Amino acid sequence: MERYVELDQVGMHFDGKKGRFVALKDVNLTIARGEFVSLIGHSGCGKSTVLNLIAGLLLPTDGIALANGREIAGPGPDRAVVFQNHSLLPWLSCWGNVHLAVERVFGARETLAQLAERTDAALALVGLSHARDKHPHEVSGGMKQRVGIARALAMAPKVLLLDEPFGALDALTRAHLQDELMGIVANTGSTVVMVTHDVDEAVLLSDRIVMMSNGPAATIGDILEVPLARPRDRLALAADPEYQRLRAEVLDFLYRRHARPEAA
Amino acid sequence: MMSKTLDIRVARGKAARRSLPLPALLEPLRSPFVAVTRTLVPPALGIVAFLLLWVLVAQGSGGSLPGPVSTWRAAVLLFADPFYQNGPNDQGIGWNVLMSLGRVGAGFGLAALVGIPLGFMIGRFDFLARMSAPVISLLRPVSPLAWLPIGLLVFKAAGPASIWVIFISSIWPMILNTAAGVRAVPQDYLNVARVLRLSEWKVFTVILLPAALPAMLTGVRLAVGVAWLVIVAAEMLTGGVGLGFWVWDEWNNLNVEHIIIAIFVVGIVGLMLEQALVWLARKASFGEEH
Ligand SMILES: Nc1ncnc2c1ncn2[C@@H]1O[C@H](COP(=O)(O)OP(=O)(O)O)[C@@H](O)[C@H]1O
Ligand SMILES: [Mg+2]
Repeated sequence: MERYVELDQVGMHFDGKKGRFVALKDVNLTIARGEFVSLIGHSGCGKSTVLNLIAGLLLPTDGIALANGREIAGPGPDRAVVFQNHSLLPWLSCWGNVHLAVERVFGARETLAQLAERTDAALALVGLSHARDKHPHEVSGGMKQRVGIARALAMAPKVLLLDEPFGALDALTRAHLQDELMGIVANTGSTVVMVTHDVDEAVLLSDRIVMMSNGPAATIGDILEVPLARPRDRLALAADPEYQRLRAEVLDFLYRRHARPEAA
Repeated sequence: MMSKTLDIRVARGKAARRSLPLPALLEPLRSPFVAVTRTLVPPALGIVAFLLLWVLVAQGSGGSLPGPVSTWRAAVLLFADPFYQNGPNDQGIGWNVLMSLGRVGAGFGLAALVGIPLGFMIGRFDFLARMSAPVISLLRPVSPLAWLPIGLLVFKAAGPASIWVIFISSIWPMILNTAAGVRAVPQDYLNVARVLRLSEWKVFTVILLPAALPAMLTGVRLAVGVAWLVIVAAEMLTGGVGLGFWVWDEWNNLNVEHIIIAIFVVGIVGLMLEQALVWLARKASFGEEH
């Protein structure tokens, strides 16, 4: 199995006014090509930090982080990020936002027509062809998040990094986008790392669930394999005993073994 | 700033709609009337009150301060031929306004040319911000006219010296507001730039410039205000041509009507400059209220 991302004894601390804060300690994780991995844990445990380390937006203060066999020295379009709050540029249309990424990644090699085609294709993939000329403030939260996903996918990244991509959406929109994401990942064979705090989302989408202990000095508490067959159907799974068992395992980790300190 | 003016407009619209307990039939006839009344009556009342006060003060002064009527007569004469030219010391009001505007334009334009790029760099690079902080905080509170002697010393002429004063007094709001705008660009946008590894030029044109534009225009507006405030004072001191010089000249002639007219002209031109920039800023802030 080809390893795409490798975290080896990774630690991360922040030096602030109140001294040193150790966010992560001894994080070990390998992610294979085509794998869908989610990171779950209580708020503030360091999920985004792990994702940002893979993205290269942060550099580890201890240990080594590798992507595609090379040390991660900074961000790059091979590791596309879908940010929690969509981060679309408000002065560009949906099309313009996606095109910015396409232009940067493929601009040197392709003609303008090919670039435009890629942008159109990415918007079509998330079902937003009709909103191409709208600005972000003219579309719904779900659509914004889809543009963010289209922008990331259009970069043809080796790894797709999603930070609570559906966290701010209502339950129906969230379910719809989860199904859409599953379809896209099945078609493109993308490698995905997704941060979530939603147990059902983690079980439904993932091949493995990385469960994190609470900070400070958070680390990986346990990794749960999700051997459910694909394609997965949320309605059929609701009654599936295996799904129930996996779900119970995650809940047990989060609320018994690693209950939030202040809640315990 | 922009959103505040918008809010006010919305609130006013709502109030107008709420206070319409009229029969539905009359509504199409009445509502434009009510709207016009609401927008025109208070300012008209304000102007009338001001004129009344002016008349009272003029009468109380026993003739040394001209009232609105004699000022109006003088203004009609003055504006009948705004562009006459009888040598350098006797020119139409139009020339004086244009001269002052020209100096403000030159000083302010140079300040924008230097101040806006400087503001961008200070906002973008922390090192530059810390480097320039002591100098800026020392020089910014200096009264604009304190710079005039330096200008006269260096340029040895009144025109360039007053342009210099405009330059130095209008540069600070542009530097500081542009830098603040750049510093306030959301980290998320910059993270997008980092993930895409955009070039510094692309970061500037696609992210920093549009994101900082509203703050930058606020700085420009404040700077124009300062420049227009300062020009009259500077021209009073340097002489030559221009509104400030004209005020001083008419004071020497004891033509008080003309001084009052000059005050109105200064106010109206300043108002128009301000409104033009507010309009520009509103255009630029399209779609960013969210
Ligand atoms: N730049 C930073 N400086 C200081 N502390 C930080 C920084 N980024 C994150 N942290 C701290 O690290 C911990 C983990 O943060 P984060 O990864 O955002 O958590 P999560 O995404 O799981 O909610 C938190 O306690 C947070 O306050
Ligand atoms: Mg987070």
